[in-house]
Amino acid sequence: MTTAPHSHSPNGHRTSSDFDTTESLARETTEGTVYNVTGGDWDEIAASAAKSDDERIIVNMGPQHPSTHGVLRLILEIDGETVTEARCGIGYLHTGIEKNLEYRTWTQGTTFVTRMDYLTPFFNETAYCLAVEKLLGITDDIPDRASVVRVMLMELNRLSSHLVCIATGGMELGATTIMIYGFRDRELILDIYELITGLRMNHAYIRPGGLAQDLPPGAVDQVRAFVKKMRKNLPEYDKLATGNPVFKGRMEGIGYLDLAGCMATGATGPIVRSAGLPHDLRKTQPYCGYEDYEFDIPTADTCDAYGRFLIRLEEMRQSLRIIEQCLDRLEPGPVMVADKKIAWPAQLALGPDGLGNSLDHIKKIMGTSMEALIHHFKLVTEGFRVPPGQAYAAVESPKGELGVHAVSDGGTRPYRVHFRDPSFTNLQAMAAMCEGGQVADVIVAVASIDPVMGGVDR
Amino acid sequence: MSEQKNPERPDDEPRGDNANGEAVPTQRDDTGEVIATRRGMFGADNGGDTSGYGGLVRTVRLPGATSRPYGGPGAREAYGDFDEIADELEGALDEQGLVPENVIPKTVVDRGELTFHIEREYLPAVARILRDDPALRFELCTGVSGVHFPGDKGRELHAVYHLRSITHNRLIRLEVSAPDADPHIPSLVAVYPTNDWHERETYDFFGLVFDGHPALTRIMMPDDWQGFPQRKDYPLGGIPVEYKGAQIPAPDQRRSYS
Repeated sequence: MTTAPHSHSPNGHRTSSDFDTTESLARETTEGTVYNVTGGDWDEIAASAAKSDDERIIVNMGPQHPSTHGVLRLILEIDGETVTEARCGIGYLHTGIEKNLEYRTWTQGTTFVTRMDYLTPFFNETAYCLAVEKLLGITDDIPDRASVVRVMLMELNRLSSHLVCIATGGMELGATTIMIYGFRDRELILDIYELITGLRMNHAYIRPGGLAQDLPPGAVDQVRAFVKKMRKNLPEYDKLATGNPVFKGRMEGIGYLDLAGCMATGATGPIVRSAGLPHDLRKTQPYCGYEDYEFDIPTADTCDAYGRFLIRLEEMRQSLRIIEQCLDRLEPGPVMVADKKIAWPAQLALGPDGLGNSLDHIKKIMGTSMEALIHHFKLVTEGFRVPPGQAYAAVESPKGELGVHAVSDGGTRPYRVHFRDPSFTNLQAMAAMCEGGQVADVIVAVASIDPVMGGVDR
Repeated sequence: MSEQKNPERPDDEPRGDNANGEAVPTQRDDTGEVIATRRGMFGADNGGDTSGYGGLVRTVRLPGATSRPYGGPGAREAYGDFDEIADELEGALDEQGLVPENVIPKTVVDRGELTFHIEREYLPAVARILRDDPALRFELCTGVSGVHFPGDKGRELHAVYHLRSITHNRLIRLEVSAPDADPHIPSLVAVYPTNDWHERETYDFFGLVFDGHPALTRIMMPDDWQGFPQRKDYPLGGIPVEYKGAQIPAPDQRRSYS
C-alpha cells in the first residue's frame, strides 16, 4: 500500500470521499500506520461467476504481454472468442516528466521530453522547442539551416517510427520477415542519428533557438546514401505484405473507426487519414517551413488497419521526398539564434570524454574576458528567462497531433508544460475498435493505433 | 531579437522619464494580471537567501485582457479571424439568452493565440456552441491541461482546453478556473468524448473534479495514491547525489531564478 510522500495541506487535496476507501481501513499502531486491504466477498463473486455463462471471462492482457507495445494492460471481457468489452489500463510507465520539467531550465527540458515517446524523439524535441520559441517570440529568428535540419530529422524519424510500427505490427501477426526488414532499415536511420547527434535515442539535439550543434562532416552524404538505399528497400514491403492474402485477411476490416468516431475520440494521424480526411498539420498549420516542401498527404477510405498500413507505407515514400528536398536546401549558416542571451550552449567541441564545452572557448573566456565567463556561467547554471504567458505548439508526429502547452511565469524554468501525446489520445479509440471483434483482432487493432507507452504515460 | 538590435536594450523596452528628464527603463510588464508575488532571490523561502536581496518584491504578471479588435493570424486589417470567432460566439450566446460578458469575462490575445476565459458553469454550453455552430465548428478538442497558480487566490486551479477547427483551420484556447476550496469544473466528455482520459489525467495530477465525467478515477498514479502530484505544493522528491566529490542537492532543493 502506498502512502503519500508528504503531508497534505490543511484543506486537504482529497475532495471527494468516494475515492477514499483505504483511509477508513487505516489504523494507527506503535509500529506506524497499518492498512487492512479487503476486497469483495469472495463467496458472492464465486456464486455470481457460477451463475453466469462459463464462456464469459475477463482476461488481463498485459502489462507484460509482448504484443501490447510495452506496458499496456488490456482488460478484455471475452465471451468465447468474442471481445464484449475492452478497456485499457495505463500508467505503468508514468515517469513524471512534466513535473520534472518544472525543476530544470528551459534548455534542459529537451533532455526530458526526448524520452517521452521514445520512438519519436525529434518530434517531442521540436514541439517543445517550438512552444518555447513562441513564448520567447523568436519563432521568425530561427536560422534556416536549423529549420531544414529539424525537418530532415523529423522526416527520418517518421520513417523510423513507421518502420517500427510496421515491423512490430507484422511480428504480432506472425510475419517475422517484415519484422526483420523493418528493424534492418530502422538500423540505417539510427546510424544517421548516431552520426549527427551522437546517440541512437534520447538525443536532446534540437534546442530552444536552434540545434545543439551543426551537422558533422559526412552527414549529408550518409543521408543521401540512405535515401537511395531506402528507395530500393521500400518496395520490398509492398512485395511482402501489401498484396499478401494472409496479411490482408488479417488486416482488412479490422480496427474499424470511421470519421465521426475519430473526431469523437480525438484520434489523429494515420487513423483519421484512414477514414478519408487528409488532415495533416504539416499542410494545415505549417511549422519549420513545411509550406515550402512538396509532398502529398495519403489517405484511405477503408477506416481499417489495412488502410493505416498503406498510409504509413506511402508516408514513408513522402518522407523520403521531403528529406531529398531538405538536402538540396541545406545552405551553410548558423544553426542557433543570434541572440547570445538565448543561444545555448555557447560552444561545443568533441573531447576525449565525449561532447562537451569547447576547451578553446573555455580558455578564451577564462583567460581574456571576465564578462564572457560570467555570461557563460549564468546562461548554463541559471538559463534564460522567458516572458510570462502561455503558448501552444503542435507538430504532426507519426502518430498524430503532438501538442505542447507551455506556461511561463517569467522565470528560467517552465512553470508548466503539458504534452498532448497522440498515443495517449488515440489509445482511447481502442475500445471502439475492438469491442465485438475477436481476441486475435485486438492485437491488430492496437498495432494499427501504434501506441508507445512512453508517450502515453509520460 | 534579431542580430542588429542590441539584445540588452531592445528598442521596444518600456521607458519612463526620471526627474532630470532622462529616459530610464521602467519595470517591464506593469500591465496584466498578477498571479503571484515573489520575494527575495533564488527562490529561497527558508531563510537561506544570503544574497542581500531578501527584501526584493516582484510580481508575476500574465498577459491581461485584450480589447477589440483582436486581429488574427495573417489579418491585413485590424479586424481578423479572432474577431469573427468572438462575434459568432457572442451572437450564439445571445441567442441562447446568455449575456456574453457574464460567460466570457476576459478575452486575451497573446503571441498570436486567442484565449477565452470562461466562467466554469457555462463551459459545456460554450463548448457545445463552438462544436456545433456552422461558423465555428471546432470539431477536435486536444484535451485539457491543468495549471496550478497557488498565488492566484480564488482561482488557483486552471483548466486549459485547446480546440481545433478542421473546417475553418483555426485554433482557440478556453481557460476555466476554479478555487482550491471548491475544485469543480463541469466535464466536457458529453461534448468531446476524447476528453475522457484527459480529464482523468487532470484530476489525477491536479485534483480538479470534472462534474459529470462518467468515471473520474486516477489514470496514471495508483488508485490509492494520496495527493495530487503536479500541484505546486507537492514536492518533486529526490536525493542529493555526489558527483566528482561535490554534493549536488535534489532538483527541488536547488536554487531557482523564477
